[in-house]
Amino acid sequence: MGKVIVVTSGKGGVGKTTSTAALGAALAQTGAKVVVVDFDVGLRNLDLVMGAERRVVYDLVNVIQGEAKLTQALIRDKRVETLFLLPASQTRDKDNLTPEGVERVITALKKAFDWVICDSPAGIERGATLAMRHADVAIVVTNPEVSSVRDSDRIIGLLDSKTLKAENGETMEKHLLLTRYDSARADRGDMLKVDDVLEILSIPLLGIIPESMDVLRASNVGSPVTLADGRSAPAIAYFEAARRLNGEALPVVVPGDKRGLFGKIFGRRAA
Amino acid sequence: MLTQPRPIRLKGRSFLALALSPELPVDDWLARLDDLAARSAGFFLRKPIVLDLANLDIGQAELRDLLAKLAARNVRIMGIEGARASLLAPDLPPALTDGKGTSDIEIPPAEETAAPVPAASPAPAGPAPVQARAHASLVLNQPVRSGQSLYHADGDVTVIGSVASGSEVVAGGSIHVYGALRGRAMAGTMGNATARIFCRKLEAELIAIDGFYKTAEDLEPGLRGKAVQIWLEGETIKVAALS
Repeated sequence: MGKVIVVTSGKGGVGKTTSTAALGAALAQTGAKVVVVDFDVGLRNLDLVMGAERRVVYDLVNVIQGEAKLTQALIRDKRVETLFLLPASQTRDKDNLTPEGVERVITALKKAFDWVICDSPAGIERGATLAMRHADVAIVVTNPEVSSVRDSDRIIGLLDSKTLKAENGETMEKHLLLTRYDSARADRGDMLKVDDVLEILSIPLLGIIPESMDVLRASNVGSPVTLADGRSAPAIAYFEAARRLNGEALPVVVPGDKRGLFGKIFGRRAA
Repeated sequence: MLTQPRPIRLKGRSFLALALSPELPVDDWLARLDDLAARSAGFFLRKPIVLDLANLDIGQAELRDLLAKLAARNVRIMGIEGARASLLAPDLPPALTDGKGTSDIEIPPAEETAAPVPAASPAPAGPAPVQARAHASLVLNQPVRSGQSLYHADGDVTVIGSVASGSEVVAGGSIHVYGALRGRAMAGTMGNATARIFCRKLEAELIAIDGFYKTAEDLEPGLRGKAVQIWLEGETIKVAALS
């Protein structure tokens, strides 16, 4: 049985889709069978970031409504053969997602894949609650700014009350993925620091993704950043986050601390 | 004409009343009531009593008769619950709705030496028959997340963790937060002016005790981020650092 991960945040534009694609590609490159599922019915984006927008025939809503088989809707990635995409419908809306239908699809995907990564829509309504409902693990994507942090806090509350795990009295495993982190701005006080975010949300840190042009560049060419340039700073951060998801105890390095170390060495030489 | 209009303070309160549920035939039920009154003198004296008519099918004349008979026994009815609107007239006690049940009231056993006393005799009230409800404490071992509302009317609330921005804790008693208080905290909401709020780090959006409130803007800036206690002095909210 595979593990179901929901990538969620409450707030829009913080990097849920980017992170879903990047983590999915990173996990798939280890040989694991991975499917990324777009739950943002009506505003789908994951197909673009995965570079599969021209290959979508059937989608999640077709499968839920019995118009297509699951195998017909799954799109295999052209670069990593263990990576699949289940796209959302762009022409329907979220009312087409039924709790029973979602449960059926997730159960089927769990049997066939090692990782089922659900890309949640923004907000706290039907789409978001159905995306998180069957999850085993939640990745809460947060930007280091107050509104994103508060929305994430709200989502953590929902993860602890509205999911199947919560209703069965179990605790949902939750991880914080801090994205678009800019150490220079955090140092200046324009952004929240890592410790501030962790103090407010009090869930374990999965990784810190530095703000980088590489992410935008990768999205524009339709490639997860972990496939486009494996040696870029955000790609390395996503690879490490994927290893932590796999259970490796890898220390999290705050971007900028490295530069601090470099600065120290440099400083010593100059003196 | 008032030259200086002053607002009138209105507050919601809930009180504990005894609910009497008469049964048919009424005379038999009254006889049993007399028996109870004989065993516990002054049981209904100066107590707020509500008449629950949900399971009683009587007309207005019979109701007036019942009220008169109860009044003769020093049972004063402050309100009527579960009655049809047509049954109640302006001179009858007002209708009450949404009553919440509490534990059954224990009737004190008859004292061995006490001879039966007429119910009407104003005997000094013995041991209070209405037992004070145990002030149950609520302890939460996790943070209160944004959007969550923790409501506990019966007693104190203790949060082991933080209270997030956009969340609220409402307690009948005091509120203790072993973390940062970033949301709203409302203590003593059931009319308890002695309730207090304690927190390790004051970042609250709003604090209130017994209906008196202060927003973040009204809080002294020097106390932000400090461990504080908050209490009510008269009608003023006081905040002081816990050293």
